[in-house]
Amino acid sequence: MRGFAAAQAHGILSPGLAFPAGGLLPPLPEAALATRVTGPGGGNCRGAAMDLEEAEEFKERCTQCEAVSWGLTDEGKYYCTSCHNVTERSKEVINSDIIPNAQIKALNRGLKRKNNSEKGWDWYVCEGFQHILYQQAEALKNLGVGPELKNDVLHNFWKRYLQKSKQAYCKNPVYTTGRKPTVLEDNLSHSDWASEPELPSDVNSPFLESGMESQSDVHTRKSLRISKALQSETSVCSGSLDGVEYSQRKEKGLVKMTVPQTLAFCYLSLLWQREAITLSDLLRFVEEDHIPYINAFQHFPEQMKLYGRDRGIFGTESWPNYDDIYKKTIEVATFLDLPRFPDITEDCYLHPNILCMKYLMEVNLPDEMHSLTCHVVKMTGMGEADFLTFDPIAKVAKTVKYDVQAVAVIVVVLKLLFLLDDNLEWSLSNLAEKHNEKNKKDKPWFNFRKWYQIMKKAFDEKKQNWEEARAKYLWKSEKPLYYSYVDKPVAYKKREMVVNLQKQFSTLVDSTPTAGKKSPSSFQFNWTEEDTERTCFHGHSLQGVLKEKGQSLLTKNSLYWLSTQKFCRCYCTHVTTYEESNYSLSYQFILNLFSFLLRIKASLLHEEVSLVEKELFKKKYSVTKKKSKSKKRRR
Amino acid sequence: MSRAASLPVIYSAQSVIGMSDFSEELKGPVTDDEQVETSVLSGAGMHFPWLQTYIETVAIGGKRKKDFAQTTSACLSFIQEALLKHQWQQAAEYMHSYFQTLEDSDSYKRQAAPEIIWKLGSEILFYHPKSNVETFNTFADRMKNIGIMNYLKISLQHALYLLHHGMLEDAKRKLSEAETWRHGEKTSSREILINLIQAYKGLLQYYTWSKKKRELSKLDKDDYAYSAVAQDVFNHSWKTSVNISALIKIPGVWDPFVKSYVEMLEFYGDRDGAQEVLTNYAYDEKFPSNPNAHIYLYNFLKRQKAPRSKLISVLKILYQIVPSHKLMLEFHTLLRKSEKEEHHKLGLEVLFGVLDFAGCTKNITAWKYLAKYVKKTLMGNHLVWVQEEWKSRKNWWPSFHFSYFWAKSDWKEDTALACEKAFVAGLLLGKESSWRSKNRPQTIMADSFFLAWMAICMYSLGTGDRLEIPLACLEMLRTSKLDGGWAPVPLE
Repeated sequence: MRGFAAAQAHGILSPGLAFPAGGLLPPLPEAALATRVTGPGGGNCRGAAMDLEEAEEFKERCTQCEAVSWGLTDEGKYYCTSCHNVTERSKEVINSDIIPNAQIKALNRGLKRKNNSEKGWDWYVCEGFQHILYQQAEALKNLGVGPELKNDVLHNFWKRYLQKSKQAYCKNPVYTTGRKPTVLEDNLSHSDWASEPELPSDVNSPFLESGMESQSDVHTRKSLRISKALQSETSVCSGSLDGVEYSQRKEKGLVKMTVPQTLAFCYLSLLWQREAITLSDLLRFVEEDHIPYINAFQHFPEQMKLYGRDRGIFGTESWPNYDDIYKKTIEVATFLDLPRFPDITEDCYLHPNILCMKYLMEVNLPDEMHSLTCHVVKMTGMGEADFLTFDPIAKVAKTVKYDVQAVAVIVVVLKLLFLLDDNLEWSLSNLAEKHNEKNKKDKPWFNFRKWYQIMKKAFDEKKQNWEEARAKYLWKSEKPLYYSYVDKPVAYKKREMVVNLQKQFSTLVDSTPTAGKKSPSSFQFNWTEEDTERTCFHGHSLQGVLKEKGQSLLTKNSLYWLSTQKFCRCYCTHVTTYEESNYSLSYQFILNLFSFLLRIKASLLHEEVSLVEKELFKKKYSVTKKKSKSKKRRR
Repeated sequence: MSRAASLPVIYSAQSVIGMSDFSEELKGPVTDDEQVETSVLSGAGMHFPWLQTYIETVAIGGKRKKDFAQTTSACLSFIQEALLKHQWQQAAEYMHSYFQTLEDSDSYKRQAAPEIIWKLGSEILFYHPKSNVETFNTFADRMKNIGIMNYLKISLQHALYLLHHGMLEDAKRKLSEAETWRHGEKTSSREILINLIQAYKGLLQYYTWSKKKRELSKLDKDDYAYSAVAQDVFNHSWKTSVNISALIKIPGVWDPFVKSYVEMLEFYGDRDGAQEVLTNYAYDEKFPSNPNAHIYLYNFLKRQKAPRSKLISVLKILYQIVPSHKLMLEFHTLLRKSEKEEHHKLGLEVLFGVLDFAGCTKNITAWKYLAKYVKKTLMGNHLVWVQEEWKSRKNWWPSFHFSYFWAKSDWKEDTALACEKAFVAGLLLGKESSWRSKNRPQTIMADSFFLAWMAICMYSLGTGDRLEIPLACLEMLRTSKLDGGWAPVPLE
């Protein structure tokens, strides 16, 4: 609705590239994303100059588009360079009058062809990323995300990216802009591209109707194909056609695709759709292998060979990092010049009130705390749609770390209630313990100490398991990546040996099968009333830490300390620093617990807590820099 | 104490050779820098996880390590921990993941991986309850072919494993295979490994030989089988000597080889040859300092009834390397019997030296010798010698040897030892003036400090035994004046 209007207003997008908001666009055929698109002459279509020269002799009109513009496929057949129609006529037949020469040429081609099939399809780096995005979108769909994400949103973001990065959907795709004139000219003069008719902006081209492929994808391939000629001349290798060029491509303002970037695309689409998956969830799913990321290339079609430079482009040896993906998301959104995203309203999962509830449940804190978190959210203005909604074209593009922020609010509330100075929380716990002993039938008071003991145990166990699982993680794909064809047998031999060794050692491991892949869940901890060993605190009351005063409730604790007293004003990226040992043990524990849940660094959460406090105690910060000594709040 | 004769030779061999270079198929030999790197990773016997991480962050300028590197190094720590706790199952589980370091994109680590994996894997397979010889054989054969530079080392360790399981013939076959293995350039480190392999083969032949020898000794000379067996014995010795002699010329610690080689030489009456080998082994400066080399030489010379001065000169070197060796008491006896005065002085030094070591504190012979010899020295008017030795020890010997705790336990466990110690304590802790009363040993005996120490011993036994305390001693104790010259022994 809004996004669409904005996009229109911007006037950058062709109608076919409009952003769906609420399914305005019919979903593109799945095949467009699913499979690697092979045009007529497909993977074997080689735009080398020689073939074109030979093709000049063929002067008939194309049966489909009536043009006289022929190229030669690897099989020696003619194809129309404007509509890609392949004729049944082949070179050899036509040239039958000059037999010896033709034979030689046929022989040559025969050799070339064999070589080619061994080397696999011709494919482009962006196709590889497209494939990864496709897999990721499929995985997200399987996680329960609506199908529009894949068909409309992500696909359109991707197309827009191709356009913005001048790889497709534009007049002068990057590889024909003469960036390398000396090499290019030579090829261009003979190539199809010089006389390439402009693509009709009309979406209803025969190809789309045929359902085989989208027009746009053909264009992508075609516009890039020229680099194949380059490739054959340079000896630096890569399985993809433009791997070498791609890794060398450096332009100001260009956001180059990387594997982590694919997650930025996924997250942007999730955000656009306002799905119930936070960034930390997304990254955790990646780590738990629910979303293809590490070695995503191994699911490429068999014929898409990767080696050499592709290794650097598609090989990953790290899990995504929260901060990094967060920054990339903003970067990509700005680069794509995306309009304001759909509003995050109170009924959205990403709204702090809902996320706070979720995290309160997750870490086994009383439900009653929720009204306090809502209060803090309201006071800080963090629940406003304008604050929460991502607007990449605003002056300063910034989005909210929804999950981190919600958790920070909980930390602030804990500080308000228990002070967390390694002292008050324990004396309040003593009170609660006494009260609970006396009144066994009443709703129990929340006992911080007991909660700490239970959480500490659960957290330590979880963390231990997590560390062990990480140490056992198998990084290497079944398809080894190698530098060059010479290395191939070595790489495969190594792989085979590793597999054999692993087989041998797996017989030594306990025969009890290890618990299979965990099914994905937004919750990492589960607390139920039935579990007697692990007390569930959801139903516990906060009466012990609140007191009535007239109509309102006050916190018994009247003190507060700020996580950061002075914010860093220099041009560094951080606003504050976190030196663990300067803080109370309870605070450290809580930060560690939450940052483990989100798989972020404790310092990042500390920063967010400080920012929430900055909003909450705005006056204190502006009036005096002295530590705020007292704070009374109404409920 | 001396190094055991059954020193794990493969490790000592490594220490001599240094880390051999690892290289992969199709890769040229690594540079020196890389060798340093690998030895940091795998060469050091000790493991400091914190240091490792520190080094790594420094090396890459504080940049975040790849998760692959992080998880594999965590995996390595888990394996080491599991090995330490003898959790073979867990170790195997982590090992399953650790194999991927063979495909590490970091070439240093990739090159170091086969050796680390071999060491960890063979350790796991050695102890794992589900493992057997076949499993080990398969593993070893695979690892041999991964980093070909490790081929010889792994073959040798494989043979040792088979030996451990009593499979002599298989071990011999493995060694022969390794011996004839040729691949790539010949390097000096490989040369030594081949020598080592041959020497091990020789050692196995020695084993057969000595079995045959035993058979031979059981046979009658007139027995018709005698000559055949004798011939056999001779053949074996010839082969063995060829196999071993090459190795022991290279600097290193080759105890078992030298021992068996010398035994064979001696058996065939080649005493000069044996002496030459032993002298070379002990005195060649290129060889690392090795107490066993001197011990072998000494024992050989003793068997040959060599003159005392020669024996003394051998043991003098051993004394410098291992002053606590049990041969030192023999050395003392030799010195005591010598005519030279400097030898007498050295004799005293040697005794004190032996008792400096915690392992020798309960050696009653040493105490007996010391008691006698100190007395003799004092009576021989060499007070200065004793003073010299005592000077550096008077600060710590009282609490080291003559504490209340020792008094109590010595008396309980070994009364004779307690008496010897008490006697020495009396002499050493007593007033220096009493040392001069050379003609009245009774006075020395009755020295109040000796009595004080005796009394401590007695009291420690409890009331029941108190009657056994000689009344005279008690009397002396009561009347003696404890003047300031005596630093009280710290009593618990």
